[in-house]
Amino acid sequence: MSKDKYDVIIIGAGVSGCAVAWKLARYNLDILLLEKAPDVATGTTKANTAIIHAGYNADPEKQKGRLNNKGNVQIKQIVKDLSVPFEEIGSLVVGMEDDDLSVLDELLEKGKKNGVEGLEIVDKEWLQREEPNLSDKAVKALWAPTAGIITPWEFALAMAENAVVNGVELKLETEVLDVYTENDKVTGVKTNAGDFTADYVINAAGLYADDVARMVGIEKINIHPRKGEYYIYDHAKDFEINHVLFPIPTKISKGIVCTKTIEDNLLIGPTSDFVDSKEDLATTRDGLDHVFEGAKKMFPDLTLKDTIRVFAGLRAADTTEDFVIEAAENVKGFVNVAGIQSPGLSSSPAVADLVAEILENEGLNLEEKKDVIETREDPARFYELSNEERAAYAEKDKDYGKIICRCETVSYKEIVDAINGPIPARTVNAVKRRTRAGAGRCQGGFCGPRVTQIIADELGIETTEVRLEKDTSNIVKYKIKGLLGSQGDEE
Amino acid sequence: MIKIKKDVVVIGGGPAGLAAAAKVYDNGIKDVMLLERDFELGGILPQCIHNGFGLHHFGEELTGPEYSQRFENKVEERDIEVKLDTMVLDVTADKKVFAMNKDQGAMEIQAKAVILAMGCRERTAGAIGIPGTRPAGVLTAGTAQRFTNIEGYVPGKKVVILGSGDIGLIMARRMRLEGADVKAVCEILPYTGGLTRNVVQCLEDYDIPLMLNHTVTKIIGNDRLEAVEITEVDENMKPIPETSEIVEADTLLLSVGLIPENELSKKADVVLDDRTGGPIVNEGRETNIDGIFACGNVLHVHDLVDWVTEESEIAGEWTAKYVKGDYKRSEQKMNVKAGENVAYVIPQSIELDAEDRKRIPLYMRVDKPLQAVDIILYADGEKLYSFSEPFAKPGEMISVPLAQKTLDDLDEVSEIRVDIIEKEEE
Repeated sequence: MSKDKYDVIIIGAGVSGCAVAWKLARYNLDILLLEKAPDVATGTTKANTAIIHAGYNADPEKQKGRLNNKGNVQIKQIVKDLSVPFEEIGSLVVGMEDDDLSVLDELLEKGKKNGVEGLEIVDKEWLQREEPNLSDKAVKALWAPTAGIITPWEFALAMAENAVVNGVELKLETEVLDVYTENDKVTGVKTNAGDFTADYVINAAGLYADDVARMVGIEKINIHPRKGEYYIYDHAKDFEINHVLFPIPTKISKGIVCTKTIEDNLLIGPTSDFVDSKEDLATTRDGLDHVFEGAKKMFPDLTLKDTIRVFAGLRAADTTEDFVIEAAENVKGFVNVAGIQSPGLSSSPAVADLVAEILENEGLNLEEKKDVIETREDPARFYELSNEERAAYAEKDKDYGKIICRCETVSYKEIVDAINGPIPARTVNAVKRRTRAGAGRCQGGFCGPRVTQIIADELGIETTEVRLEKDTSNIVKYKIKGLLGSQGDEE
Repeated sequence: MIKIKKDVVVIGGGPAGLAAAAKVYDNGIKDVMLLERDFELGGILPQCIHNGFGLHHFGEELTGPEYSQRFENKVEERDIEVKLDTMVLDVTADKKVFAMNKDQGAMEIQAKAVILAMGCRERTAGAIGIPGTRPAGVLTAGTAQRFTNIEGYVPGKKVVILGSGDIGLIMARRMRLEGADVKAVCEILPYTGGLTRNVVQCLEDYDIPLMLNHTVTKIIGNDRLEAVEITEVDENMKPIPETSEIVEADTLLLSVGLIPENELSKKADVVLDDRTGGPIVNEGRETNIDGIFACGNVLHVHDLVDWVTEESEIAGEWTAKYVKGDYKRSEQKMNVKAGENVAYVIPQSIELDAEDRKRIPLYMRVDKPLQAVDIILYADGEKLYSFSEPFAKPGEMISVPLAQKTLDDLDEVSEIRVDIIEKEEE
């Protein structure tokens, strides 16, 4: 039931846009969430360190400092309500022999000011007990028990799904080309899929937030993408890391982090390099070498033997190096949610609260809706089940008995459900984000052709139309019969 | 959950599992179950539609599907219980196998002996950490082969291949036959990783350039692969930046190594050899876990399926003996050691009593190409015997027979060592 007129249009379905949609779905509002990619959470949200920060790092005077801890506290409830895997494993900022250890005390003080609970300085003995593989040059560390790990795209997806079941309309592959204003008041947006009108427009366009802001004449936002490169390891590895470990931070970066992930993979990175292009998602030899060297300082015995993937993400950093969450001064009804870099994931629910507050101040009536669905059904996750639980699922529905992805133990039923979910997975990567099919050590070598075929069958499209992610990313380009004939089965 | 009891469970219905299962049966153990994750038997062979299989085993040249069919027929003729579309998720050291399929759901099979025959997987772009983006069009050669030969789709038409393993060489020709422009096969080493005959028949015959000492240093393109950067490497395999060139391509196929698929083995506490990536086995192909055997590419990566068959029949024979209680370890265990220039030797130990055995084949690979070699066997450092070969290449397995008679003459020997050395010029 596509409408032309909405109360609120949210531009961008990354974690910020999804959190705002999730929050606003609790009120009697007609909301449209727009995303230019074929799935939610495909930008910065899908490629980061996947950490819910405790909140000691950001300056208390900045938005980042004010929102991080608030977000951290809320996330722990949201992950329960929306069935998002989360582990509060705690983080450490590790001081080495040659480091300036006074930084740890500064961080401790900052954390206290930001309201972070449970912070303490731990000694070498503590470190050797809790992180046996850690370098013996580590002398002490700041321990933050409230930090955790999460699957960021699933967190965003869960919020977006909950928003959708509560009435938010999501349009994928819908790119905002212009924002309409009349008498200094926002009236709607122009997209590749037509015009939509609304009294309020929220700019959560991530890396492109400055481009969108410029559509209404705001020049002060300038997103300078800062690249972070990573290595990820197989969960079947010979090396254990138990917490999120940071080195002593530098001025612009928290340094090379070593952490485990929710699925027990190992993640090391990121680098922190400004790049010119918002499309530059390429890893580099120097960057990857830098990541590995950084991780080796923390864990001297680490090798690259069990790595399964390298990737890069772009932080949508504003030149102010802070979040820019505010109503536009020049255009009524236009709200910026820009410059959301780390700790943006951790802050996202608090960002959404702030946006709701701003909208109310701007005159939007936030009337609580009755019968809001607060929870999301926990999808089956075969990879974390015991064999007995798997057997029980297969008795309920035979399609659980057919295992498609061996490395990550993903059943046919999980894949079909993902393709037919509240926000349907229509690409191979969208299936991967929802089910982990293809996320393992063989990287889809075995299940890739099968998943491609299941997507084609479920969506009723040609196999050659199935894409990895967006635009021209078709998995296979030609049908063989077409090639052999006189007329090629061209793209 | 269905609970089943079986004498022998074979995990994997590729050439190794098929040959092993048939051999177990022929040696008197008829209660055999074969589990295969795919919808058909044969493992990788059904997608290997080229010829060149069976020259050693059958003395004739077959295609992959033909070679496979002969063993599928054997299994079918023998009343061996085959479960297709069945994924094994767990194996325990006490030989419980947990598997699932659509029709029967979950099953736990208690076996007296288990044969691991899961084969291998391909090393990926992620595993070797090629810098650049992650677009569509970057896939392993084997996955591309499946798309092409089983599913009927070609990934793309402008192709670069990284790595000169056999599948890479075969796919270079296959893509060319489908009308693709195969721009180059890049190999970081100064020699190819595949069989000589594949270099000749797949590259030279089709004028596909083989770029030795070259690698892909960058993947370019955000959605679809647009190009790759190819760079020459120095003798330490470090890229020489000034030699980089950008080659337009919509498909990059990787043939950069095969990894024995031993995640299940690890669950059963099977100990692996760092050099092969597969279990450490005795000459019966029994692992460190009593009654768990392994054969084929899960044990070590073979060059020819013929050797997989030979090895799997050995494993099948000894598995049957094990179940019959006809399996005796001798008092003395000899370790088999990879000596000079030898990357590994299978089996890693010799410890079984066998009266009717004539010889034990030792499989090995050299770690670098050598010309005019002597292959020398030692027992506790004393030379046993040697023989000559015109060359030895890492891409080609070497099978060295160790005669039972020689073994019988040995007394109190704890180590057999194999060296492969280049002959000194006269």
